[in-house]
Amino acid sequence: MIDAKTLEYDFKEEELGFEEPFKQEDVPLTTGEKISLGLVALGILAFVVQLLGSPLQGTWAGFLLAFILPSIGASLYFWLSYKDTVPGIKHNNNYYRSLLARGSLGWIAGIVMTGFYILLYWWPKYLEGGIRMTDPLSGLLTGGPANQWFLYGLLYTIAVTVFGIRMFMKYRHNRYQKIRTASVMFFQLGLAFIIPNVLKAFNQPEYYFSYFWPLKYDYLFPSSFSYFMQSGSGVGMFFIFWGLMMTFLATPVLTYFYGKRWYCSWVCGCGGLAETMGDPWRQLSDKSTKAWRIERVLIHAVLVFIVITTVLLWINSSTSGSVFGSYSFTLKKWYGFYIGAIFSGVIGVGFYPLMGSRVWCRFGCPMAAILGIFQKFFSRFRITTNGGQCMSCGNCSTYCEMGIDVRAYAQKGENIIRSSCVGCGVCAAVCPRGVLKLENGGTYKDRYEHSDKPVTAFLDSIRHI
Amino acid sequence: MHIAIIGNGATGVAAAKRIRQLQPDWKITLISGESDYHYSRPALMYIFMGHMSFKDTKPYQDHFWKINNIDLLRAWVTEIDHNNKKLTLHQKGQLTYDKLLIATGSKSNKFGWPGQDLKGVQGLWDLMDLRSLYENVKNAKRAVIVGGGLIGIELAEMIHSRNMEVTFLVRENSYWNNVLPKEESMMINRIIRHEGLDLKLETELKEIEGEQNGRVSGVVTNKGERIDCEIVGLTAGVSPNTDLVKETGIDTGRGILVDWSFRTNAPDVFAAGDCAELVTEGDLRNVIQQVWYTGKMQGKVAGEVIAGQDSTYDPGIWYNSAKFFDLEYQTYGNVSNVPVQGEHNLYWEHQNHQHSMRIITRNSIVIGINVMGLRYRHKVCERWIREEKTLDYVLDNLKEANFDPEFYDKFEQEIRHTFKEMAA
Repeated sequence: MIDAKTLEYDFKEEELGFEEPFKQEDVPLTTGEKISLGLVALGILAFVVQLLGSPLQGTWAGFLLAFILPSIGASLYFWLSYKDTVPGIKHNNNYYRSLLARGSLGWIAGIVMTGFYILLYWWPKYLEGGIRMTDPLSGLLTGGPANQWFLYGLLYTIAVTVFGIRMFMKYRHNRYQKIRTASVMFFQLGLAFIIPNVLKAFNQPEYYFSYFWPLKYDYLFPSSFSYFMQSGSGVGMFFIFWGLMMTFLATPVLTYFYGKRWYCSWVCGCGGLAETMGDPWRQLSDKSTKAWRIERVLIHAVLVFIVITTVLLWINSSTSGSVFGSYSFTLKKWYGFYIGAIFSGVIGVGFYPLMGSRVWCRFGCPMAAILGIFQKFFSRFRITTNGGQCMSCGNCSTYCEMGIDVRAYAQKGENIIRSSCVGCGVCAAVCPRGVLKLENGGTYKDRYEHSDKPVTAFLDSIRHI
Repeated sequence: MHIAIIGNGATGVAAAKRIRQLQPDWKITLISGESDYHYSRPALMYIFMGHMSFKDTKPYQDHFWKINNIDLLRAWVTEIDHNNKKLTLHQKGQLTYDKLLIATGSKSNKFGWPGQDLKGVQGLWDLMDLRSLYENVKNAKRAVIVGGGLIGIELAEMIHSRNMEVTFLVRENSYWNNVLPKEESMMINRIIRHEGLDLKLETELKEIEGEQNGRVSGVVTNKGERIDCEIVGLTAGVSPNTDLVKETGIDTGRGILVDWSFRTNAPDVFAAGDCAELVTEGDLRNVIQQVWYTGKMQGKVAGEVIAGQDSTYDPGIWYNSAKFFDLEYQTYGNVSNVPVQGEHNLYWEHQNHQHSMRIITRNSIVIGINVMGLRYRHKVCERWIREEKTLDYVLDNLKEANFDPEFYDKFEQEIRHTFKEMAA
């Protein structure tokens, strides 16, 4: 017989879910943690004071107080708060934190971040105070005053660095995560911030060596080609050469050997921000098959959009506008507005606290679409699963920022070969049974059940769409 | 043909899926009083600790059941009438079936301790236990966990994550050393203490004390020590859940007695997974397997038999895995906790106590592998053991089995060196 207490049980776990259980008080902040948070507060105060017109604005002292002080404070805080913990997975309470679980703080963060992007793109005059505070650094790097993009680049680089330090501490038991984080920090600081700005100081075009067409869509536009050429010297020619090489040679070759991750979670700035500042929100990505369907339609539509735009611009430029006239310019404008600004910026980053850290990478980025096609059909990269060890707990799917239902494969013992996988390695890290491993395999044999040949595999998969 | 399956855990679901693959037209009803949908029982701890929501622990999206035409029924079965092929449901009428699979799993052991039914005393097995834990942790300051096994350490980790003190009473002289060899077990003792838990070895629960209102107030150990606490976790193992079949004419021993095709003595009634006791001919003990993986494998074979195939369960090479706080453990083949005559034990442990490997050989043939703080490939280890590879072969090919993430320190060379010296 079943006991009466069991028979009484009829909790609606689906509707009600499980709330946060009672907790005894947290360990109070240490003096060090208080001081580091104090530095952050002091920095914010310095920022506000300067906004209100303090003479510090535009001086090195003002810059250091408003930008560097809080960065040091936040980095210090992350370091201190993790350093005495046992190395391992640190996801306790993620679902109970308002900021991380779409609570009111999460919504506020989403609105603030979205608002910042709206100001940045359309009303930079409201950011004027902040822009002026960065003048000393801008003067040092570029030789001229800052604009909103300099401020943006600086904040972006600070975010990647500070939250990169958090990643180092959070995953200090995991060398893959540490090296990968160091890589995105290096590419953001060096190739996406210092070099482009220093190039300006030498009167060269501001060039980002870590971004390629079609993510940096205008790099293969005819107008950019002529602009680079105008710069005289060989530098402009080199930029054109670099852009073509990276898009048409490096991308397929590196993706063949290492998968899409060589770019998306090791080099790319968008990926860099998602992997550092976005990490606390990675669990918010939608794992449903419906979201997957939307993803496939959207991301490939954006790819088609930018390819058509680019082709038309070239036809237009080589026929001096006689075929399409200004039509191609309209497309270019639309792409820049809807995709470049709204999708990749406002939604892509602004929605971190609501839809997870990879909204743009997953649903919009045309570079990710191309890399994904290579990864799916012509790459040695895949995530392998360890025999029958999966117990379907769901940590891998939950913490997949790209919304891949990793568990669906792992519990069947199947390899995971998905075009969207950016190879961040977190699924393998959070797996409590050691089931997942990112690998660059040697052959197609273990990637495709029915064929050892990439082309046959490709045709086979088309037949199954 | 209507198949009723009692229990929507790993076994019930594996069976339902297999039956559907083989018999596209049969009606399948998966019955559970515990939850609307199948969820991953081992993930209970992650819900409580805030790593995942309940919904994240469901291995299949909800539309899976519709697509596969598997009916889900939320109800407690209270009676099995196998003569009339009829189930009685608590407050939900009756259900007739043509074939029945009982997959009711396990329940926590209670050994008749005084006070074991007080409020605040619980095991950790199902959603009911999880809900009671939510109640029991309210204003609690200390928990005492009784029993040094896999569930005990999970429960300890859960409660500890709510900033409560945890005392861990372990009967043996080292954590889980009735399964793990001494050295591995000691690694875990170290981890438990390092995490700040109060581990009391060679200590047994004598009685649980309560207050007037029926709540737990403390425990007394066999050493006469009294420990104040608001929660007592009873995790001294689990037993097959046979509550439903007692006095129905279906034979039970420790579990529901079945043959190796999961047939019970009653016609068209099957049992598989944790609740089943596989009857073994001859002198060998009957087999009861109570881990996730075996539940899944047994369910699959039971599904085949129910669908009309002539299948027999072959447990294959044993494997299991677990995680103790942040220390991962995998085991393949036969590794016994104490040295067995005729077997040779090779053990390597990194000086930081975070990684270890044990290889067991018999006549220079590898028969078992334990790894801690290392990930090894299931398929490779299983193949070595099945193909009876020699120690030399295994040591020379150790790298092939490593499954650690990229850039991790590799210890294979050191292990190979150490073991070759030991074997010489």
